[in-house]
Amino acid sequence: MAKRVAIVGTGQTFHKSHRPDVNGQELINEAVVKALADANLKMKDIDAIVIGNMDHFEGINYVDCWSVDGSGGTMKPIIKLTTGGTTGCTVAIGGYHLVGSGMFDKVLVIGWEKNSESDTTGAITTAFDPVWDRQVFAGAISGLAAEAQAYIARYGATDRDGARVSVRDRKHAMNNPYAQLRKEVTLEEVLASPMLADPIHLLDVCPRSDGACAVIMASEDTAEKICPKPDWIWATAARHTYSYLGDADFGRLTSMKEGSQELWKKAGIKEPRKEVDVIELYQPYSFGGLIWIEDMGIVGPGEAPRYIWDGNTDMGGELPINPSGGVIATNPIGATGLIRCAEAAMQVMGKAEGRQVPDVNFAFSSGFGGCFWTDMILHGKKKPK
Amino acid sequence: MAEKEHIIIESGDAIQPFAYTVGMYGSKFFAELRDNGRIMAVRCPKCKKVYIPPRKVCGECFVEMNDWVEVGPKGVIGTFTILRFAFIDPETGAQKPVPYGYGFIKFDGADTLFQHYISVEDEKKIKIGARVEPVFSKNPTGSMRDIEYFKVID
Repeated sequence: MAKRVAIVGTGQTFHKSHRPDVNGQELINEAVVKALADANLKMKDIDAIVIGNMDHFEGINYVDCWSVDGSGGTMKPIIKLTTGGTTGCTVAIGGYHLVGSGMFDKVLVIGWEKNSESDTTGAITTAFDPVWDRQVFAGAISGLAAEAQAYIARYGATDRDGARVSVRDRKHAMNNPYAQLRKEVTLEEVLASPMLADPIHLLDVCPRSDGACAVIMASEDTAEKICPKPDWIWATAARHTYSYLGDADFGRLTSMKEGSQELWKKAGIKEPRKEVDVIELYQPYSFGGLIWIEDMGIVGPGEAPRYIWDGNTDMGGELPINPSGGVIATNPIGATGLIRCAEAAMQVMGKAEGRQVPDVNFAFSSGFGGCFWTDMILHGKKKPK
Repeated sequence: MAEKEHIIIESGDAIQPFAYTVGMYGSKFFAELRDNGRIMAVRCPKCKKVYIPPRKVCGECFVEMNDWVEVGPKGVIGTFTILRFAFIDPETGAQKPVPYGYGFIKFDGADTLFQHYISVEDEKKIKIGARVEPVFSKNPTGSMRDIEYFKVID
């Protein structure tokens, strides 16, 4: 019935805090041109486009129409998907559904953001309930800080445990020429950086970036003709759990737990820690790198700090996490989830160059939103059964 | 100097033209808060979860809720943070007065958390599980600001 779907090409911009040299359409175009070149396809080969960003940031609502000069979408079926922080992963899931349906053979998926063009915290605040959530709200960081406090209280973790995750991701970013922040830091530097919202220090969190990413998906009818070793999409899952921020089970990420259980079941994964080879996690702050891998079932509740201190998630470890440097190094919000998807695809395709993990059979990528949503994709080298 | 490079869109003295509706459930909550200083929540007939803010439908059970219960006004800190970086509040256009305590309050009898300010006069007392009570406004108008903030009471 449904077609199997593979990623056959990826492209991303060099991400910066500010790209005054290009407008939004031009930024999008950079990623699209690179993805087409990677797949050795022309724009005429593309049957449909899925595009997304978090439209609060640029104040442009009809991004699907507005962007056509850059996206190549003139006179093609094009749809905008926007789900806040999860957008980049949502557009990938949307592309997967379009190709899987059999109605479109090759779909171009685009995520982008120019965070430099507005006030990030102000824009994020407008995504939350005006009556019940906004009075005390302080952008994405306040909810994350409350999550970290609850995790620390529940499991006895420390700010050093969080800092260790940040040290890892910032070190990994040194291998990624596309990353915005490429500077190694020490544990002491993280802990000595300004406290933004207890227990989160400045160096525990992501920057805001300008950047775009594009991914081309093709059905099983043509994928292997376009790309000899495509990245097969094995399964996807999405959980958007929020009504009001105070509904969350702080200290656990319910959306990650329920979504990943669905993902592992769909793909027949019994022991994710042993069967998954690399993870590109939408992890905008360090403590998420502890809490969320427990919710994924990589390790048990409260076990992440030990697992990470032992180097298991470093390059060369049992299960490297964020070889790209992840979100802590680069965060063009609407593109961020799709960059995770593209980086995971590159790992499976063997195209990750200086950040390549050897022999990747399964890779995991995710998207996260400040209202505690999670979207996710399981990527595989073998064609799904 | 750098500002000259940007296109700035200003609205002059205009105010944001939003007029949000809170519905019958939100209205009851704010009327009870304003007139009687009572904190009202609503219980799901199926899963028995007590929701605050009150709402008409339990999303998980997808059933209508009509069982009103008074909760609090005392409770505990469910989780919290203390905001220390300066930023503009898009609701007012003014800078938020940092540092400020951001509490997720678990009212006695409620199952979800209520977001509000916590006084940070003595930061050492602000811990998950600490008992708190609201400080009510002397001039209630039927809004979230009818509670000025929560304070730790032990």
